[in-house]
Amino acid sequence: MSDTPTSMTAAEIAQAVSSRKITALAATEAALARIAVHDKVLNAFTDVTADRARARAKAVDAAIAAGQPAGPLAGVPFAVKNLFDVQGLATRAGSKINRDLPPSPRDATLIERMEAAGAVLVGALNMGEYAYDFTGENAHDGPSRNPHDPTRMAGGSSGGSGSAVGGALVPIALGSDTNGSIRVPSSFCGTFGLKPTYGRLSRARSFPFVASFDHLGPFARSVTDLALAYDAMQGPDADDPACSVQSVEPTVPLLANDVGRLRVAIAGGYFQQNLLPEAVEAVARVAKALGATQTVELPEAARARAAAFIMTTTEGAALHLDRLRKRANDFDPPVRDRLIAGAMIPAVYVDKAQKFRRWYRARVLELFQSVDVILAPATPCVAPKIGQATFTLDGVELPVRPNIGIHTQPISFIGLPVAAVPVPLEPMPIGVQIIAAPWREDIALRVAYALERMGVVAAPAPRGL
Amino acid sequence: MDDHLDDYMTAVARTMALPLEDAWRPAVRANLEVALRLARLVDDFPLPDELASAAVYST
Repeated sequence: MSDTPTSMTAAEIAQAVSSRKITALAATEAALARIAVHDKVLNAFTDVTADRARARAKAVDAAIAAGQPAGPLAGVPFAVKNLFDVQGLATRAGSKINRDLPPSPRDATLIERMEAAGAVLVGALNMGEYAYDFTGENAHDGPSRNPHDPTRMAGGSSGGSGSAVGGALVPIALGSDTNGSIRVPSSFCGTFGLKPTYGRLSRARSFPFVASFDHLGPFARSVTDLALAYDAMQGPDADDPACSVQSVEPTVPLLANDVGRLRVAIAGGYFQQNLLPEAVEAVARVAKALGATQTVELPEAARARAAAFIMTTTEGAALHLDRLRKRANDFDPPVRDRLIAGAMIPAVYVDKAQKFRRWYRARVLELFQSVDVILAPATPCVAPKIGQATFTLDGVELPVRPNIGIHTQPISFIGLPVAAVPVPLEPMPIGVQIIAAPWREDIALRVAYALERMGVVAAPAPRGL
Repeated sequence: MDDHLDDYMTAVARTMALPLEDAWRPAVRANLEVALRLARLVDDFPLPDELASAAVYST
């Protein structure tokens, strides 16, 4: 076990707090101190809720001292993308406009569940404006920076979440993923990330983007921590109409189960194109470790990405239509321009995109009759430089921002669960997607755990701090 | 349609009471061109008439 709270995993902190080797307050103070030092570089946090955190930590310590059962995340500091409602803060969602909202009267459901498990919220995290972003850059708050090289992108839109966990400021953060916004920053920042099945985790009291495929999920520096957070947040919630009535299905007890009988395949075709060598190397390492040689083709993946793009830009435009009319100059201009264009897409195309999604989902689900897991790259490359406008993929120069997520969009589009795992290449890490059938987060996490035990994937120590 | 895209943008913005300043037009147009190209990719795919939109997983 590591011996200082900032170098400990969430599981180690919870164990130490539960057994009264350290206090929740000490773990919280250690996180606050590390944030104070390193966030000057990383710019991951937009709000540090120090007073609330200390009060919560003292309550955890008092409960343990009184003999009450400690939660599985007792004393674990965590932070949330600033589109989660935090009681007393305006939910800015990366925007200037939302700062005029009144303070939230109540925490998001997932914050309540994390704290019910003993965790301690220490702040809210930077993000791309209204989550319409893959870079982690923000016109109003500045970019969140990569903990392995602060001149590089953290990835988006949950850039602060990737930066904070990759930089070991907190062991766990929460983010959202519509088209890749957990998996992309996980890849760039070298963290584990879980995008659960659509409908698995409640989105209640979080600011939306594309309700048809908005997901919330955790970032962590180990698979056990990822599973601990995920398990703590499961369960139905009437406050989110898309949240399933699935019962809680704990994954932590299953992590060490053998994966030898799982049928693992590599995504072919579309998912083997538009990659730089590091992305090819990362998938190859993971596939070799798992003994995966079979390739499967997700049919019409390029068209799926196109349909995801159309639904994103039009649902996003519909969400922000009134703000575009009244406060267009208060948007980050590139976000505004994308949303205005989205408002101009004929509705018939949106309907066709939704119907195509049904067709595509059925075809992809058929694949899971013969495989349990599909491997795919999380990003085409390691983190680009902040401000980098273009990159060259397969010999074609392309704009960076919309193309970072080309390998994540066809997956979240149909709500499949994915564990993003970091392959610690030098000098920069890069992620691989472990994709499972709906409701089989346990399988994705088991495979991630096996890879971690083999030493193939790991969250590297932050190299840029 | 591309030849008329600027006219289309003007008409839609006016009809929907959306602001569209001259300085924004090149970027909005560029985004619209990309979106329409991708929309046509989806439109080109034949789908059964009876197909309904996807919804939430239930099992």
